[in-house]
Amino acid sequence: MFIIELLKGLWVVLRTMFEKPVTYQYPEVKRPVRPRFKGRHNLHRYDNGLEKCIGCSLCAAACPSDAIFVESAENTDEQRYSPGERYASTYEINMLRCIFCGYCEDACPTEAIVLGDNYELSFYERRQAIYTKEMLIMPVPPGGKPTPQKVEPGKFNRSIPVMENPAD
Amino acid sequence: MTVALLIEYIIKSVLILAVMTAGFAYVTYYERKTLARMQSRIGPNRAGPWGIFQPVADGVKLIFKEELIPKDADKLLFLLAPVITVIPALIITAVVPWGREITLFGRQIHLYLADVNIAVLYLSAIASISVYGIVLAGWSSNNKYAMMGGLRSTAQMISYELTLGLSLVSVTLLAGSMSLVDIVETQGAHGFLGWIVWNLQQPLGFILFMIAGLAETNRAPFDLPEAEHELTAGYHTEYSGMKFAMFYMAEYIKIIAVSMIAATLFLGGYLGPFLDQLPWLGPIYLFIKTVIVIFLFIWIRATWPRFRYDRLMAFGWKVMLPLGFLNMLIAGIITVLRGG
Repeated sequence: MFIIELLKGLWVVLRTMFEKPVTYQYPEVKRPVRPRFKGRHNLHRYDNGLEKCIGCSLCAAACPSDAIFVESAENTDEQRYSPGERYASTYEINMLRCIFCGYCEDACPTEAIVLGDNYELSFYERRQAIYTKEMLIMPVPPGGKPTPQKVEPGKFNRSIPVMENPAD
Repeated sequence: MTVALLIEYIIKSVLILAVMTAGFAYVTYYERKTLARMQSRIGPNRAGPWGIFQPVADGVKLIFKEELIPKDADKLLFLLAPVITVIPALIITAVVPWGREITLFGRQIHLYLADVNIAVLYLSAIASISVYGIVLAGWSSNNKYAMMGGLRSTAQMISYELTLGLSLVSVTLLAGSMSLVDIVETQGAHGFLGWIVWNLQQPLGFILFMIAGLAETNRAPFDLPEAEHELTAGYHTEYSGMKFAMFYMAEYIKIIAVSMIAATLFLGGYLGPFLDQLPWLGPIYLFIKTVIVIFLFIWIRATWPRFRYDRLMAFGWKVMLPLGFLNMLIAGIITVLRGG
């Protein structure tokens, strides 16, 4: 009998009314993100404060939506930004184009660009969607010095660090 | 008619309009909150404590919206249609009594605007007028979806008005009067037991009235005139800003009106315990009963899916109408057997 089915439906709805709501009160309470969540990119630094990014543009090459723009410049021992010969003088990601696929992270030879857990990317103008290097780079870790650093010659010749397998 | 009586009527009329308009605002809030809880959500809770100022925020938003009139619309009818829809909804409850008599400033005041002896007829007459508003809105917008919505609405409301009328007829037969005050007093003539007997006399009546009421107010599962995924928004597709707000208002005020009438005809209206000692309780009892019936409306909306159009018509004519006649027949037989 369909009337019994209709009444069953009403009963389910009434029962649900006395359950606890599943809503997260968003701006105040945030849902924790997953460990491998792909949010806004971060440009990482070494412990001594040098930038990991060497300006190789492999991320820009890997990017399927052409969202990354890199311009590199020469490092000197007087003004050293990153180990090796070059560093990224300009690093821009257009967040309107980015599809958060994480290919840039895979392409990066120095693990400089890592997708973080910030998903609150909103802006009023298209120009604000372009995130510059200053916005993406991580703060200098404690004990490190800000770039450019004046270093002793011959110490930071190797641009690719020795890397281990990722734990996560 | 003395000046005092005139002032009394004006105050009562203004009170009804104010209560219905404020009621509209808070029925939207009530519906949103209840629907949210039925869907395991919280609902509006940002504007003010527990979101109680949400209707105010909605109203302010609608006032500042741009008012659009389509280029080829029939301007006069386009502007008139929301008014034709909202006015009947506002005045339909004029005949619904809220209580017996109270003494205020040394005056005996009846707690109803008008105890018309053809109140039931008045209800069905006024309820029919709002169909015009909807069909004119659909037609004057010069939009095919609005037109379809308006046509559907007209066909639906006319079909279900028959059932609505038949359930009103059986109530009238049993009470022996068309005045809503008399109908309420008949229900309460023999106490609580008398009220149960009243509803046992017409087991179908309340159900028929509720289903027809749902269809009359274009509520789910009969909300075909505004079936979003078929007709964008139905007859009010082209309406925006305050003109849209008036349709919205009419819809919700009609819900209140139908609930009040259902409470009056079947649930004993303003009657309740201790009414004789404290006549002020009358409006409170009516309010509680109305809120319960509105809850029924929301509950049904949250549960049942929309009818298909041909089934809606088949249901209206092949099921509801015969049942309405049957109900009327039962009421008639009971009246004859009672020797009324």
